[in-house]
Amino acid sequence: MATLKTKRTMGKFENFEIFAPKLLNKEEFFSCGHRACQGCGEALAIRLMCKALGKDTVIVNATGCMEVISTLYPTTAWRLPWLHVAFPNAAAVASGVEAALKALRRKGRIADRDVKTTAIGGDGGTVDIGFQALSGAMERGHNILYICFDNEAYMNTGIQRSSATPFGASTTTAPSGKASIGNKTWKKNVPEIMVSHNVPYVATACHSYPLDFMNKVKKARGVQGPAYIHCLSVCPTGWRSKSEEIIKLGRLAVETGVFPLYEVENGKYRLTVELPERLRPVEDYLKLQGRFRHLKKEDVAFFQERVNLEFNKLMNKVEHSKTWQELAEQK
Amino acid sequence: MRKPVGMEVAVAAAEAVALCRPDVIAVYPITPNTHIAEHLSEIVANGHLDAEFITVESEHSAMSAVMGSSGAGARSFTATSSQGLMYMHEVLPIASSMRLPIVMAIGNRAISGPINIWNDHSDIMLQRDIGWISLFVENGQQAVDMYIQAFKIAEHHDVLLPINVNMDGFQLTHVVEPVIFPTQEEVDSFLPVYKPLAQVHPDKPLSMGTLGLPEIYTEACRARDYALINSKRVILEVWEEWEKMFGRKYEPVTSYRTEGAEILLMTMGSMTETAEMAIDELRDAGRKVGLISLKLWRPFPFAELREAIEGAKLLIVTDRALSYGGPGGPVCAEVRSALYHEAHRPEIVNYLIGLGGRDVKVEDFIKIIEAAPAADKRGDAYQIYGVRE
Repeated sequence: MATLKTKRTMGKFENFEIFAPKLLNKEEFFSCGHRACQGCGEALAIRLMCKALGKDTVIVNATGCMEVISTLYPTTAWRLPWLHVAFPNAAAVASGVEAALKALRRKGRIADRDVKTTAIGGDGGTVDIGFQALSGAMERGHNILYICFDNEAYMNTGIQRSSATPFGASTTTAPSGKASIGNKTWKKNVPEIMVSHNVPYVATACHSYPLDFMNKVKKARGVQGPAYIHCLSVCPTGWRSKSEEIIKLGRLAVETGVFPLYEVENGKYRLTVELPERLRPVEDYLKLQGRFRHLKKEDVAFFQERVNLEFNKLMNKVEHSKTWQELAEQK
Repeated sequence: MRKPVGMEVAVAAAEAVALCRPDVIAVYPITPNTHIAEHLSEIVANGHLDAEFITVESEHSAMSAVMGSSGAGARSFTATSSQGLMYMHEVLPIASSMRLPIVMAIGNRAISGPINIWNDHSDIMLQRDIGWISLFVENGQQAVDMYIQAFKIAEHHDVLLPINVNMDGFQLTHVVEPVIFPTQEEVDSFLPVYKPLAQVHPDKPLSMGTLGLPEIYTEACRARDYALINSKRVILEVWEEWEKMFGRKYEPVTSYRTEGAEILLMTMGSMTETAEMAIDELRDAGRKVGLISLKLWRPFPFAELREAIEGAKLLIVTDRALSYGGPGGPVCAEVRSALYHEAHRPEIVNYLIGLGGRDVKVEDFIKIIEAAPAADKRGDAYQIYGVRE
């Protein structure tokens, strides 16, 4: 059974190679030999991100799994210039890097080239402790790309609940028990909050759709101004799922409508990955993950209802939103 | 000789910083340092300084942003006070660990609570062990001079450490004093364009701020300690060069009328000039008293302190911050520790003065000097001067 699944996963990669070989940068900027867990979705996503960003990039990394697994002194997995300061401030540090590159380029002290400052952080470092710095950087309009690799809990410190943890997930600080379902709140919608900052490019992504993700990174890289990508990253360790099923889980998150892939360009929403006529039941997604194992039938029904609502809210925007230019010209 | 101009000290400090041509400035408003940020923003807005001015959303982000800009090779400046400094605290030791030559102005202010916007040193004393160079200015002229010196010291390739320059809030930042400015040409020749040793840029990719396992953490601490201790050589060189260029002398420990003094008073910051008046009064009355003031707080000037107290029978150390439930003020605790093994050391008495903006006048210093010989000298017997019991 497991072999079959692996084969299917491999098949998808082969398809990607067939259909998009020219788009794939063969150069690796995030090298192998780092210490990520087996089947880490975040490490895979970062590898893809680097390929899409290319050489002229500065990475600012918030504290978290990716920083810990990639830079045990004196080693580093990064072939891009990389800077890490602390947990809550990647967006602020990136603001400074961007300002410095701008000033030094203007004064002729560095090469006259477009270098993109890209800040990366996990969900904790982005939507919780780094949220203020993120909001500030986006509001100030720095020419930076911020990518949140959301694995839906504080995985680096041992699977504690964050505000990006989905409803009903059992975590080490929101455990399920006789008196608790686990995490009681619905996932905070940070891409939507970024849209409210008038950020010209906001997108959701997932490593299970590599071409979609890389295209979004490329698009965001080209934006003159702030851009934000929220990338769902499957964490087998924290999700209590099989390490060989991360691609499948990412796809299920999308196909069930739990994590739709879309982009918001100058205010206009667009789904970027086509969805089946009828979304798959969320149960298909939940049942492969140990963190949801305790959920009762009625809990799953509640989950399904809320997913439907959130999905409809999004589709309403997809159908009715207009670009800022269209709105400006509207009589 | 150039004529001095009358100027608010915070504004003068901003003018001095502008003369240093910083590339990136990131600030968040907090009383009483705001005039520095305001004036710098004006200089940038008027096109007199080519710098990126980032109005960040917190002090934590102010420090983080200048760490990013300094890491990318830009001359970087920020300013703060009190709660703002404490809000930055998380990242301050990382700045020295990463060897980023940031210059920070601190308009010293008491920490909450109760909330209090006035001056003492409780903000900086809580940042004692962050691995930064720490200077204290006593007047407006020193503020102008020390901000310019600070960039030169911090950016020296044998140093590469962040540096904070402390100015007493209100009592110094908001008073108008006569100051002499060097010309732009003089500053340009004293302080050339910053050449980073390492910077994050795709032309030479490197990883900055990596993870230190137990196998390397101790060595990293030692390396930073050496860097800070060794920075004193460069500080002294820079001060010597400054004296040659501008004729104003700077020392880690300054002695004032200490010849043959049996009682020494010790101060830091703007109270030094008030204390000098007290010493003048007592000296003129034939008393054997003198004053020493500390301009260099980190690296701590052990040798200069030992030399400065030679021959004294009693040393009165004033502190403007309290280590609750501990040995009184942090300055005195360090002075005691520095002198403990000296064969001939003075008795030491600790006075806590001027907390949260409480005014300390010439007559208060005289009262302290009169009372000190009879005061309890033990470590836990510090005196909080003027407290209403």
